[in-house]
Amino acid sequence: MASKLIDKYFREAHLPHIWCPGCGHGVLMRDVAQAVENLGLDKDKVVLVSGIGCSSRAAGYMDFNTMHTTHGRALAFATGIKMAHPELEVIVIMGDGDASAIGGNHLIHAARRNIGITAIVFNNDIYGMTGGQYSPTTPYGEKGTTAPYGNIDRPFDIPKVAEAAGATYTARGTAYDARLTTKLIEEGIRHKGFSIIECASICPTYYGRKNKKGSAVDMYTWQKENSIPAAKAKDMTPEELEGKLVVGELSRSEFPELTEQYQKIIDKFQK
Amino acid sequence: MKQVKLMQGNEACVEGALYAGCRFYAGYPITPSTEIAEGCAVRMPQVGGRFIQMEDEIASCAAAIGASAAGTKSMTATSGPGFSLKQENLGYACLTEVPFVLVDVQRAGPSTGLPTSPSQGDMMQAKWGTHGDHPIIAIAPSTVEECYKLCVRCFNLSEKYRTPVLFMMDEIVGHLRESVELPEDGELEVIDRAAPADPKNAGPAYACPNGELVPVMAPFGQGQRYNITGLIHTDDGFPTNSNDIADSQVRRLIRKIEENRDDIITYEEKDLEDADTCIVCYGGTARSVYSAVETLRAEGKKVGIFRPITVWPFPEKELEAISGKVKRIVVAEHNDGQILLEVQRVVKDNCKVDFIGKINGTVITPDEIVAKVKEA
Repeated sequence: MASKLIDKYFREAHLPHIWCPGCGHGVLMRDVAQAVENLGLDKDKVVLVSGIGCSSRAAGYMDFNTMHTTHGRALAFATGIKMAHPELEVIVIMGDGDASAIGGNHLIHAARRNIGITAIVFNNDIYGMTGGQYSPTTPYGEKGTTAPYGNIDRPFDIPKVAEAAGATYTARGTAYDARLTTKLIEEGIRHKGFSIIECASICPTYYGRKNKKGSAVDMYTWQKENSIPAAKAKDMTPEELEGKLVVGELSRSEFPELTEQYQKIIDKFQK
Repeated sequence: MKQVKLMQGNEACVEGALYAGCRFYAGYPITPSTEIAEGCAVRMPQVGGRFIQMEDEIASCAAAIGASAAGTKSMTATSGPGFSLKQENLGYACLTEVPFVLVDVQRAGPSTGLPTSPSQGDMMQAKWGTHGDHPIIAIAPSTVEECYKLCVRCFNLSEKYRTPVLFMMDEIVGHLRESVELPEDGELEVIDRAAPADPKNAGPAYACPNGELVPVMAPFGQGQRYNITGLIHTDDGFPTNSNDIADSQVRRLIRKIEENRDDIITYEEKDLEDADTCIVCYGGTARSVYSAVETLRAEGKKVGIFRPITVWPFPEKELEAISGKVKRIVVAEHNDGQILLEVQRVVKDNCKVDFIGKINGTVITPDEIVAKVKEA
């Protein structure tokens, strides 16, 4: 199956990818391709936008209309594309620092507008491309090259931030659970309105090494053993959920999609 | 009978953009450019276009570039502080060759400065504000009618050369009200970017065969499926670390503007035939200069005007020729001497170069220019 996916959705001339051995991003990129395949989307009408960082390099490998933009601004570029061309299926891949630090403002406003974009965050809890600095999702107390004595910032829960800002579909998957993550991305693309799927990735090279998390296999095993399905998490206390990954569909709500609302304004003037 | 309308410069800019085929505007409120956003909010849906107020200046620039990548002519407008914020994405559009028009209605700075007062303090930022070597096209209107017609030209140059174009307005022309003779449909040339006839079977998007300088690529959504990146890239838009490609790519970007200077550059020469003094001015400042020259001519002084309409690339060939004929050049601009530097670079020792500028947020009056010219 994987080879068929590569034939159909990847720019083979540019493979292999640049990600480190064990990195979760390659698995997540495959999940995106699988979701598009499952939905039967027309590749010519799919636009994949990314920012800057390890995650953003996915855009170059995937055989869609792809735009590797500036750090943090992927959702702003994507908003222009979707607003001007609502017929296009716009998917955005961002990293954790990309989406929630430098791009945090764009994230909350894209969510607030409920524009029909699917945002996928490859969250490895670290700035990998620049060599392992702590990010807004680095857990409290963990280390990065710029948090040599342990991170004293509280981490963001990205889906919760997005939900609070107005995202009408939020979910969390993991690089470990490809089947679940693919399904969540599929649902996100199918969802009319702003959807966000945070995908817990792993960075064995920087995050793992700095924090003594063992091998890549150990890190995937940790994801497996610490994932709690959202339905089960509902009956658990915050203390019980401390340090766990709540996975699955996290929230869903209704609000008119932005470009459809704007089309109604345009229609008023078409006689 | 042509329609004549009393318009504000910012309003004329909006109508010019629509005439040129602009159908997407993303912006953020900022004085003294806000009327452009307000105008687009009203007008875009009326013509089937789309307007969006973004969360900030950076996002506005990004959204405009995104819309254009998908094939819709787009614009964003701002003033000094916002112009600073848009610089990174401006450079992105230079390297990725995505056309769009960025309007800067200049106000007095630095920083928040004097938000409602005129200035031309962003002229060097227009050229060098975004990092790295890159070419830029910048056009400065002096009348409300030019706010309309030159906005059309900005879009045309942007589309033709696949490059961002800066429309360097200023508070004087932005808030000025004048009669504009509205061009009829078909009267002004409107250029659309070239596209491959068969996008699905088109070659690499950024390829420039046979020494061509402007790549021909389809907008997103039509089947060519290429990559756009702000990294140095191969012909198919994929990132590369090749030093040779970096060199040839950036040099091609520079050459596509430099080798088309004669097509890109326009300027006005007035009363220069017998002049011994030439006043160099552009944008809103030119209005005081016209009046000053009228006064000086009435007194028998041989004074003329050279007004770059295209400020970047700078009309150096034309100014150099003038500098060989006159005894003195006086540069008048609303800053502390920005285009002055360019004039001095071009003129060298051909003639004397003097300067009159202002940075206090008031206009340079005709009397002040008259007095400057009369200084020996």
